[in-house]
Amino acid sequence: MSQHLRVNPIMCTGHGMCAELLPEFITLDPWGYPIVPDEPVPDELKGLARRAAAACPTLALLIDRRRD
Amino acid sequence: MTVVATRIRPDYLARHAERLPRLLAGLTVGQPVGLNAHERAFGQLPLAAGEGRSRSVRAKASRLIDVVERSGLTGRGGAGFPTGRKLRSVAAGPGPAVVVANGAEGEPASRKDHLLLSRMPHLVMDGIALAAFAVGATEAYLAVHDEDDRLLASLEAAAQSRIVAGIDQVPIQIVGTDSRYVASEQTAIVQYINGGPGLPTFTPRRTHERGVANRPTAVNNVETLAHLALIARYGDNWFREVGQPSSPGTTLVTVSGAIARPGVFEIELGTTIGEVMMLAGGPVERPQAVLTGGYFGTWLPAEVAWPVPMSHAGLRSVGGAMGAGILFVLPESSCGLAETARVIRYLAGETAGQCGPCVFGLPALADALADLAYHGCRGDAADRIGGLIPLIEGRGACRHPDGATQLAASALSAFGRDAQWHDERGPCYGVRFPPMLPVPGDAEYW
Amino acid sequence: MSLSLNGPGLWYATRAAGLITLVLLTLSLVLGILNASRFTSYRWPRFLVQGMHRNLSLLALVFLALHVGTTVIDTYTSIGLQDAVVPFLSPYKRWWLGLGAIASDLMIALIFSSLIRQRLGHRLWRAIHWAGYLCWPVAIAHGLGIGTDHATTWVQALTFSCIGAVVVAASYRVVQLIPARRLVR
Repeated sequence: MSQHLRVNPIMCTGHGMCAELLPEFITLDPWGYPIVPDEPVPDELKGLARRAAAACPTLALLIDRRRD
Repeated sequence: MTVVATRIRPDYLARHAERLPRLLAGLTVGQPVGLNAHERAFGQLPLAAGEGRSRSVRAKASRLIDVVERSGLTGRGGAGFPTGRKLRSVAAGPGPAVVVANGAEGEPASRKDHLLLSRMPHLVMDGIALAAFAVGATEAYLAVHDEDDRLLASLEAAAQSRIVAGIDQVPIQIVGTDSRYVASEQTAIVQYINGGPGLPTFTPRRTHERGVANRPTAVNNVETLAHLALIARYGDNWFREVGQPSSPGTTLVTVSGAIARPGVFEIELGTTIGEVMMLAGGPVERPQAVLTGGYFGTWLPAEVAWPVPMSHAGLRSVGGAMGAGILFVLPESSCGLAETARVIRYLAGETAGQCGPCVFGLPALADALADLAYHGCRGDAADRIGGLIPLIEGRGACRHPDGATQLAASALSAFGRDAQWHDERGPCYGVRFPPMLPVPGDAEYW
Repeated sequence: MSLSLNGPGLWYATRAAGLITLVLLTLSLVLGILNASRFTSYRWPRFLVQGMHRNLSLLALVFLALHVGTTVIDTYTSIGLQDAVVPFLSPYKRWWLGLGAIASDLMIALIFSSLIRQRLGHRLWRAIHWAGYLCWPVAIAHGLGIGTDHATTWVQALTFSCIGAVVVAASYRVVQLIPARRLVR
């Protein structure tokens, strides 16, 4: 099972908290909204990813578990 | 004109006149076809009054879905999803279902749904009744834009006459939606009927599982339902007599631009774009490019477009899009980049306003295209467009931003040489001509 | 100063813990307002504003527990544990003590709902969190009304500094909201 991140674009209002906490994985576009790749989250970042999802002010960052 | 000569079958017009019209067979001039005239043209609705959902009724419903599946009917709203499969999955859902007919034609360049609803409402309503029977629905809605009061009134009258005549088991409720571009999207309509705003939603659940009032909901384009009404009467083999094996049947197309007789035409699937142009009176000027699929579609250079068969597969094979059967012909003297810039500006103003990348990205894209079309000589507008597209595509809750980026990307591709010219030397003469693509409320945008 | 159950020691502890709770609550509210206004600077990234808001709130809860605990243990007044959460039961300064109970209830609700935020969902959590704007002034009023030190200048100065800080932060937020070119919700 791999961990994937995705954004609910309607709830997201571009706070940028996720990119601060997980800069190795999430970058911000020119308007402050997160660009979240579809790749699985590397093992060493999984804890940080969970923290980023908990820290999102609008709970727009979601964690999916997918079978590979 | 060499472009027109390729792939137009010599007997096309004769065969066309012989085999068609099918959907539009009962069409009258000037007023909608009433219930009696409709039944004279097509026969009565082949649906006996079923008592509840007994086993025999469910078996009949299942057989109807079998017929639809065998006919190969696909959605005529743009996505082209197999209708039988959709009905089957809604019917399999838990509890009583809901049928929603989507007649909220948001595309400015499309008029086919309006034609069907204003002239042949009973054909569409027959389709709704049949779909409701097939999936076991207890509620049915017909969604149209609320701007057109006369259309709303005539549809209400038609629905009422059916109830009086005892035809409809499930009364059809007419719903007037916003006339925004995004309001005609499937999840937007469902949310509107549920009492929310007419805006697309971000739900991983599909409407066929949880739609109106959280019940399995079948959302179909009104033209698809009209075809359903005929398939139920004449059978799947009849439907497959025309068209192609992989894309059977007929479809309605809206043709506009630099041709002699713009309008809505019924064609067999597989008809080439050139043949459709001939039906529409032929180009009035040497054609430069064809916009296929509407404002979420793609531009094709004319010589590429002419021999392409009108079907989802046919258009996809050349990187085009079928969409809701929309064709626009751009003449040689017009500027495709200017037309695209206007459309993107319109689409930027039509966002639901819910997702940042779309709300901010589309105006930036519109600015870049306007720079390219009207204010060249900056040497980088095309690059800016190319850089913006991956930042916008796929990052919204609905396909609105994707449609716009697809249009912009296809414009850069089809008008690539023009784009280079504009970047280096500024606007071409074509921008001075009056614009051709219909953009509602144009004055606001420029 | 002995902390016997009879002496003034517990009383001092209660007052001290109460004042500290108030200061922490004020800081937490200010940081919460700054977080909502998306305040950020080189030394204060967003996650720090949010993290400090959270940690200071939890610390405030600890001092609230101390404040309540020392009051309940103190036999000088007959305030029981139930008076800390059910307002207006105790006859001792009924109104002002009751405000304190209301403020504590709100604080507990705010913190508990934030701890289970991911389960509640954003919309419900946000609706509950508005109570923060109610909790703080009620706590201020409780302090001003019931505190035996309310006449002393340093306590007054402390209280008014807290009020000033919140007023400044709230004004910053209100002004920021005016030219609202925001996303449609």
